Amino acid sequence: MNTASQSYYDRRGMLATLGKDGLIQIILILNTVVMLAPIVIMLFAAFKTNAQIFQSPFSIPDFSNFANITRIWSQTNFLRYLLNSVIVTGASIVVILTLGTMAAYAVGRYKFRGSSFVLMFFLAGLTLPLKLAIIPLFILMRDLGILNTQLSLIVIYVAMGLPTTVFIMTGFIATLPNELEDAARMDGASEPRIMWSIMLPLVRPAMVIAGIQNVVPIWNDFFFPLIFIQKDNLKTLPQGLTTFMGEYTTDWGVLFAGLLLSSAPVIIVYIILSRQFINGMTAGAVK
Amino acid sequence: MPGSPLVARRLWITALIVPPLAFVALFVVYPIISAFAYAFFQWHGLARGEFVGFANFYKVLFTQPYADWTLNAFTHNVLVFFALMVLQNGVGFVLAYCLWRELPGAAFHRVAVFLPVVLSTIIVGFLWKLFLHPLFGVVNISLRGTGLGGLAQPWLGQGTTALWALIIANAWHMVGFPTLVFLAGMQRIPGEILDAVRMETESEWTKITKVVWPLVAPSATVVFTLLFVGSFNWFELPYIMVGVDGSPHKATDVLGLYFYRTAFGDQSGSGQDFGAGSALAVLIFVFIALVAGVITFKLRAREIQL
Repeated sequence: MNTASQSYYDRRGMLATLGKDGLIQIILILNTVVMLAPIVIMLFAAFKTNAQIFQSPFSIPDFSNFANITRIWSQTNFLRYLLNSVIVTGASIVVILTLGTMAAYAVGRYKFRGSSFVLMFFLAGLTLPLKLAIIPLFILMRDLGILNTQLSLIVIYVAMGLPTTVFIMTGFIATLPNELEDAARMDGASEPRIMWSIMLPLVRPAMVIAGIQNVVPIWNDFFFPLIFIQKDNLKTLPQGLTTFMGEYTTDWGVLFAGLLLSSAPVIIVYIILSRQFINGMTAGAVK
Repeated sequence: MPGSPLVARRLWITALIVPPLAFVALFVVYPIISAFAYAFFQWHGLARGEFVGFANFYKVLFTQPYADWTLNAFTHNVLVFFALMVLQNGVGFVLAYCLWRELPGAAFHRVAVFLPVVLSTIIVGFLWKLFLHPLFGVVNISLRGTGLGGLAQPWLGQGTTALWALIIANAWHMVGFPTLVFLAGMQRIPGEILDAVRMETESEWTKITKVVWPLVAPSATVVFTLLFVGSFNWFELPYIMVGVDGSPHKATDVLGLYFYRTAFGDQSGSGQDFGAGSALAVLIFVFIALVAGVITFKLRAREIQL
């Protein structure tokens, strides 16, 4: 009697769990379909003609038909935009990591008067939306004579990226053990030498996190180029995309191919490094 | 020969700290302080004119047509915030809870839900603009194809649906972010607590409301605050999908677009006014800072009580 009711409850528990897990799987699968369908439709449409897109948007295309992609390659400034994005993003990341590591190292490794003030100064920038200071920034760039140059973008991205970078790096650097550093100091190594040869190699994982956290918003940014850059030859990919979308309004295959080519670099890198991307992009929000 | 070690050390720290500090001072602090100062001056194009006190603020808040525009845009931002609170953060919480179970395939679903987050808003905006095209968009084509042609509409072309279309595109783009922040919060809940709960109750609902939700409070604080700041800074997606004028007839106008138009001129390039633009920027800025401060403070208090 006792055992019978026991097994009855067990079975009910198991069924309930199965039902619950089934529901969870259904929710997750539905969501994944919703997340991926637009990207798959874009991929398909990039290899179709207008007629095929309008009549059968979901059909699998002939992937050997590169007509749309060739047109982008040969008739637009796409490669130039791509190169500009690489230059601006690359330079910004290098400067952010350099300046960010310097500040974080000073605050995280040394005790000195005003160090908490310095940290506060950086953290203040963490929550301030710099977009709202666009008018003074525009005038500042004009006065510095760097409007309509890639330097204006690099400078603003470094300013945008430094606060979070200093925040992440300081937290990491402060937790590194003292022993190695002290031993080197006993041996008479200079402070720059200690930083360069001993500490920096240990900081690399935090640099990767900070780098990824900055690279996505900078690569994707549209607002600052919109204000600072007018010359077509200097436009970055998102900004160039708006020019291009305006020119080919009637040719949907080419439009989708443009969107595909613009998103492909990020999607490919994300698929390879998804764990690092997710960790990096949620790093500021996950304590 | 170098000086005393102490002097050398001090020089070294100074050398490390000054370049980054100078950078932030010049390109973050100075522009933000200037943004406040600029709002109190009359502007003639790019040239600063005379000091006018609060005249620019009065203009955008109380004189027509600015007052109506400001209220209209602000109302839309409020709606966007609350709608995304449900469609983005709410859905994100549910998805995080599902992923947390670590059922087969969870790793794949996790990568999929975050994929749109890494895409540029510009790409997302154009993609959805093409999908929502009244004649050739995949949304209306699908509706017609499944016999629901009656539901096909000019989604972005009519006031009743345009803002909601933008909200849904935004939720699709960003839902992965709160999902993974919540998931990280859930994964930090200690196993002993979960075992204890399993002994106490069978009800999934009790478990979520009484245990999981309170324990992911730190994640909620971050996600809510970021959504608030993001909603009141909303610019790129509406700019791409409905244009700088917030068409149709300002039905999708939000503070970001309105500020941009006021400062840099509208579609026709007219009406550029740095004074009124700066006043709007200051008002938006102060509003965001105050409310975000209160939200963070209130939610933090909730975290500590646990």
